[in-house]
Amino acid sequence: MMSLGDLIPLIPLLLVTGTAVIVMLMIGIRRNYVLTAALSMVGFLATIIAALLQFNAPAAQITPLLIIDQYTLFFTIVVCALALCISIFSFPYLFNLNDSREEYYLLLVVATIGAVVMVSSNHFVSVILGLETLSMALYGMVAYPLHSKESAKYPLEASVKYLVLSAVASGFILFGMALVYAQTGTLAFASLSDGSGLSDGISIVALLLISAGMAFKLSLAPFHIWTPDVYEGSPLPATAYLATVGKAAMFVILLRYFASAEAFEFEAVLTVFELIAVLSIIAGNLLALMQENLKRILAYSSIAHMGYLLIALIAAYGADGSLSIEAVTFYLLAYVVMSLGAFGVASVVSSSEKEFDVVADYRGLFWRAPWLAAIFTAMLLSLAGIPLTIGFIGKFYIFLAGVEAEMWYLLAALIIGSGIGLYYYLRIVYRMLTPASEEIPFRVAGIESLSSYAVLALLVVILLVLGVYPAPVMTLIETISALI
Amino acid sequence: MILVVLISLMFLGGVLAWLSENLDPRFPRLVALTSVILILLISLPLLGADTGSIWWAEFNASWLPRFGISFHFAADGLSVLMIVLTVFLGLMAIGSAWDEITERPGFFYFNLLWTLAGVLGVFTALDLFLFFFFWEVMLIPMYFIIAIWGHENKNYAAMKFFIFTQVTGMMMLVSILVLAFFHSQQYGFYSFDYVDLLNVELEPVLAMWVMLGFFIGFSTKLPTVPFHSWLPDAHSQAPTAGSVILAGVLLKTGAYGLIRFAVPLFPEASATFAPIAMTLAVVSILYCAKVAFAQDDIKRLIAYTSVSHMGFVMLGVYAWNEQALQGAVMTMLAHGLSAAALFMLAGGLQHRIHTRNMSEMGGFWKAVPRMAVVALFFSIAALGMPGLGNFIGEFLALLGAFQANIPLTVLAALGLIFASVYSLWVIQKVFHGEFSTTAFDATKLVDLNRREMVYFAAMMLGLIWMGMYPQSFLDMSAGSLQNMMTHAGEGLAALVRN
Repeated sequence: MMSLGDLIPLIPLLLVTGTAVIVMLMIGIRRNYVLTAALSMVGFLATIIAALLQFNAPAAQITPLLIIDQYTLFFTIVVCALALCISIFSFPYLFNLNDSREEYYLLLVVATIGAVVMVSSNHFVSVILGLETLSMALYGMVAYPLHSKESAKYPLEASVKYLVLSAVASGFILFGMALVYAQTGTLAFASLSDGSGLSDGISIVALLLISAGMAFKLSLAPFHIWTPDVYEGSPLPATAYLATVGKAAMFVILLRYFASAEAFEFEAVLTVFELIAVLSIIAGNLLALMQENLKRILAYSSIAHMGYLLIALIAAYGADGSLSIEAVTFYLLAYVVMSLGAFGVASVVSSSEKEFDVVADYRGLFWRAPWLAAIFTAMLLSLAGIPLTIGFIGKFYIFLAGVEAEMWYLLAALIIGSGIGLYYYLRIVYRMLTPASEEIPFRVAGIESLSSYAVLALLVVILLVLGVYPAPVMTLIETISALI
Repeated sequence: MILVVLISLMFLGGVLAWLSENLDPRFPRLVALTSVILILLISLPLLGADTGSIWWAEFNASWLPRFGISFHFAADGLSVLMIVLTVFLGLMAIGSAWDEITERPGFFYFNLLWTLAGVLGVFTALDLFLFFFFWEVMLIPMYFIIAIWGHENKNYAAMKFFIFTQVTGMMMLVSILVLAFFHSQQYGFYSFDYVDLLNVELEPVLAMWVMLGFFIGFSTKLPTVPFHSWLPDAHSQAPTAGSVILAGVLLKTGAYGLIRFAVPLFPEASATFAPIAMTLAVVSILYCAKVAFAQDDIKRLIAYTSVSHMGFVMLGVYAWNEQALQGAVMTMLAHGLSAAALFMLAGGLQHRIHTRNMSEMGGFWKAVPRMAVVALFFSIAALGMPGLGNFIGEFLALLGAFQANIPLTVLAALGLIFASVYSLWVIQKVFHGEFSTTAFDATKLVDLNRREMVYFAAMMLGLIWMGMYPQSFLDMSAGSLQNMMTHAGEGLAALVRN
């Protein structure tokens, strides 16, 4: 029986859910863009505070579906902080949209409910619940500026593509789950590892089906085809959400799932994952080389980054201790900070009327808007893994995990991939350095974008501080990773 | 503590120079000059800081305790020589940029000083993570210097420079991590400290691979054939101050890394690898001397001669006996001055007549006599005239290498002849022959001014001092080199003799 006390650990989740209800009612009563946005931001902030307050409480399993431990809370905070930043970016972006703008925040909050459920789940049922909640809301967010004539080029195409492919991926995961259930009679992650029958061919098929579905959601090659199109077609804040919250929440599931299912005991699964990692790194980086569209570059680079993360995950097989989980956790944190920053820069200069998402638009940005260009450069260098930035420390973790597990081929792929990656990141930096031949009419930042700039400044501070002195966060991540 | 002060002052000076641009566009160069002079004054006492212990100055503070990483800076005689060279050439670089850089001077001096700060970090870091950190930190500002203030093909050159050094740097990172990992396996805790890692023992095959990671990283920076192809592009496209820093100090970080890390950390693997490394060195010396001779672009020519001269350093390092190492260090110092001066001359010419093409030059002796004399001086210094620093370095390197490998040394000595050929060839092409003004505006061709004469004179004095009284430099580095030789095992020198 559940008592009221059992609900206390759930307060962060309940707060986000409550925010969704309030925002919905609010829209029903009176349409007010500023108020709706503010309400959802306050909701996210409250959730972060609640999760922080709860951080030192003992881990609790709430129903078989949700586990609330420090790891969950850490990622709850990360997800809500991301959602908060993205709603701040969305505010000026949608400010002039010639359509109803309020429901966007409702979708954003609902998506965040899904993400919070995902990071708390250690049971297949909650995985599906969270995943579908997130995806459903995202379909809406991707297609949001649909009725605005001048707006983003292909939101409908992007949304439908995402809907269809995402549904197929969910189908794979569900089928795999059914097979696991047929074998073991349970859907909890924890009972998978008890040697309860996961041993033969069917189990491998089941594991691979689930992995394929997850790889779809994480846009790992060869399941990555949808990514650049969807990224390009979506409005920038939605792309940012998809690239950060969507990926991070999914990876947490993958991590918990593999940590408990001990799937790498199967030679076949290990081989498949190694192949996926190498393919993602090479394909992602190579395909990004020739792109002219910033969103497509970032899409392909996110494919490569997911490949890097996978190396750290696979290292769990060869290395002892929790180093590989720490590596995944730190790199996820680094990845969301720098991607959010990169999308954020594009987002503050764009609006739903006109997106500046072609690399050529950023020509001479260094001399037109030095601070913005400096922020963008920092984000790009961090994505490339250059020291002084969080991306370097993240890469250091991955290298170390790979060395511990003695996976030399994967490390070679990582070096080659990063080498190729330098080219397209530096190309953007170089464009910003070349003087602009003519003035490019960027949107003049109004008072409504001030908070976006503040968020960008904050992200850069995080990027640099964690790049130079990450010791406190390292200790935190070491503690919480030991729990998995 | 003094080491931390030096590096932080360099970083701080860069920031101040950038900020001062807002007040007046002439301020950045003044701020940069003041801070580098200040740093030079602070660093000079280090020259006399020999206390008899291994490290003349040391600083250690915890940084990332999770992995045993610390802010461990230390300097011995070798590091001190390199620090002084770096700061001195930093001063020269500022001098050469004085009139040349008019566009966005604040950001330029910021990048210049940050590059120097990174180099100082490389020369003093004793924690391998910290070392790698600085190794990479010096790249980005250098990238900006080439990409913003470079010449016609700057994007290509900057990109190539960055990708070459970054990719090979990552190989070195993997090697560092393997060392740290085996330290944790053998001693139970992670450490990136040089002194700790010296005790790690690896299986021969693994040690060879890990050593190669370091070797590739360092020999790209040095550079040696076959990793040298970034250098002619980067040098010829960079603005003068960029070339000065690249040739004068950035290349030396590669040599320093070989001496400090690659050999002492892996004595057995290095001994096995030494014949190959020495062969690569000889190939660099001869091949790049030949290629230099074929260049029309004066900066490319000097760039190739740099690769050729760095071959002597590589030869000396892998001969690994005292004379050879002393020769390598002397070559690093003397080449730092002579190559920097030659790049400044070439840059000065380009600044005046907007071409680097030697076939458009000729007969300049009459028009610019002071410049001609200075160029002649540094050319004969570079070709190894006795009495100047380069001779001491290359002679000692060959002398030491002769004890290790006779055939390769004989071949390497041919490089001295080639050096005379291309050096005198440049003088002949540019300063003798017909004076033709078809390609440029002759009124722009003015002689060296007083400011330029001052810094060329400073570098001349340095080279003469090195050539006439090399003992003062040899004494400084002797202790640290002997110390590393004992670390690498007495047996190594014998093993190398093959």
